Amino acid sequence: MSDGEVLGLSITHVTGEPDGHPGGYGDEAMPRMGFFTDTSICIGCKACEVACKEWNQVPDDGQVFSGESYDNTSHLGASTWRHVAFVEQRRPLTVDGGGSLAQVAARNQLAEAGEVPIGESADGMRWLMASDVCKHCTHAACLDVCPTGALFRTEFGTVVVQEDVCNGCGYCVPACPFGVLDEREEPNPDFDAPDGRVWKCTLCYDRLKGGHEPACSKACPTDSIQFGELGALRERAERRVEKLRRDGWTGAQLYLATPDDGIGGAGAFFLLLDDPEVYGLPPDPVVTTRDLPGTWRSAAFAMGALVAGTAAAFLGGRR
Amino acid sequence: MSAPKLRPSLADDGKPPGTTTWDGSVTEAGTEMRSYYGRPVIKPPVWQPEIPVYFFTGGLGGATAILSLLARIAGDERQARRLTFVEAGAELVSPLLLIADLGRPERFVNMLRVFKPTSPMSVGSWVLVASSLSSAGAAALELLERAPRAKLAAEIASAALGPLMATYTAVLISNTAVPAWHEARHHLPFLFAAGSAASAGAAGVLVGPLDESGPARRLAIGGTVATLAAEQLMSTRLGMVGEPYHAGRSGWLMRGSKLLGAAGAGLLATAGRRRPGAAVGGAALVAAGELLLRLGVFHAGDRSARDPRFTVEPQRERADRDGTKATT
Repeated sequence: MSDGEVLGLSITHVTGEPDGHPGGYGDEAMPRMGFFTDTSICIGCKACEVACKEWNQVPDDGQVFSGESYDNTSHLGASTWRHVAFVEQRRPLTVDGGGSLAQVAARNQLAEAGEVPIGESADGMRWLMASDVCKHCTHAACLDVCPTGALFRTEFGTVVVQEDVCNGCGYCVPACPFGVLDEREEPNPDFDAPDGRVWKCTLCYDRLKGGHEPACSKACPTDSIQFGELGALRERAERRVEKLRRDGWTGAQLYLATPDDGIGGAGAFFLLLDDPEVYGLPPDPVVTTRDLPGTWRSAAFAMGALVAGTAAAFLGGRR
Repeated sequence: MSAPKLRPSLADDGKPPGTTTWDGSVTEAGTEMRSYYGRPVIKPPVWQPEIPVYFFTGGLGGATAILSLLARIAGDERQARRLTFVEAGAELVSPLLLIADLGRPERFVNMLRVFKPTSPMSVGSWVLVASSLSSAGAAALELLERAPRAKLAAEIASAALGPLMATYTAVLISNTAVPAWHEARHHLPFLFAAGSAASAGAAGVLVGPLDESGPARRLAIGGTVATLAAEQLMSTRLGMVGEPYHAGRSGWLMRGSKLLGAAGAGLLATAGRRRPGAAVGGAALVAAGELLLRLGVFHAGDRSARDPRFTVEPQRERADRDGTKATT
């Protein structure tokens, strides 16, 4: 990632550390905390969705049947801070087995004879489940573009919206490369009007301050959602993905686990069993403010052209 | 290193091409991209129609400030005076449009809590406040015909902020994950600057008088030509991400804007100098074309955000080509 400057202030980032953390907090800085969501052991129970709603008092987000496997929440949003995706697909049996050609052939023979269980039913159905959440990016576009300072970096390195500051400008909504944030349309009794502000996962900032783990990871019965210090989580994830690959899960991959990606690594990263887009995640997200200095440069040329063109219009006389 | 996968073999709904599905239909072969039930990856902008209309009024105000000051310097006093009022009007409407669009309008003042260079909206809010105040001041003094030096100072301030007013909105929308905007980040500032110039020129012709609005007419024509050129360049560079600028409702708006702009500029170029009717008609067409341009750009972005193809395909291509590190 390259360095850039706007109005004399550096706005892009080269290290794996978020702006303002831990530096901005001095003695009050805490270790950077995050989630490692290991989707290989998610059972799709949605305890995380429910626990999140209960603890954070997130309102109802509609009772609809989407017809999309067991997923009726569909996507993250203002009133959905954890979302369990269900990828229910018919696939050829040979895909996830992996290994050498000889191993695959041998396994196929056994599978056809009905003698070996290979983690999928005989008709080649696969059912992937994954609990999605705000990524708490190292370089967070939402935080960069927020014009009020409502979005901020906490002492835990997480990204949180201050509900009493947000004025509902909506800039963070299309700025987020993951579609995490949205404006809440439901009426708010305090305002006697639609709420109008943006909401998202706080990584249970209040619970963290009290020394507790976030509600979703606390409720997860399989430890698919693991909470902890980011560095330790990354090491654990490395070991886990290596084991899965040794076991033949060739699609297993860590998502947003290194500082080298387009967002400088996520505070909440994932182990996936297929490419990110299969789960509705972007395959190569970038923080758009990375390109802001170049955009302003182009705008500077456009501004110059505007002034020059307007002046040139006076060359032809008054009428 | 992630192992090789069977990506191209799966159709959009995850079934291999040629599979018979539960309802007896057969899945199509072809599409290589995979998505989660065809749902968008990013969220579309929540902004209402006030925002593209503000792109128009803000650009009009900004470019008019430049035109009006230059007319003042050139000694076109009547044109300069009238443009001062146009500018103040545009920059009075602009903040109202923005405030109306906020989820919590009463909290507009929160925009002025901080100044954040990383947020084009923060920069733009400060620019707009300063520009609106100076334009309103200049117009008030113009109306009262008092304090000419203070008025000139206010006009210079407005004109200095004018180029920012005309282009920052392009920077603002480019600085999002919306594919049709972000990928066009080097073209949209030129498109918005050209569109603002054309609308300011059109305003100058509309308010007249005819014997002082020559520069405005030429600016309307030149701005329209520049708009068409910038649009053409943008379309050729964008590739598949530029599709929303041609297809669907956004495509209709873009085509409409080109048609109106070209017709208006043509009318101004041929008869706008002598015939007042042609001047007014041509200027109105140019202005309408510029308004449609902003609506078209806005809807193109919206469309590109709602279709996961525009998010996933370029990113997948980039990841496969450059080996970027989102997955390890």
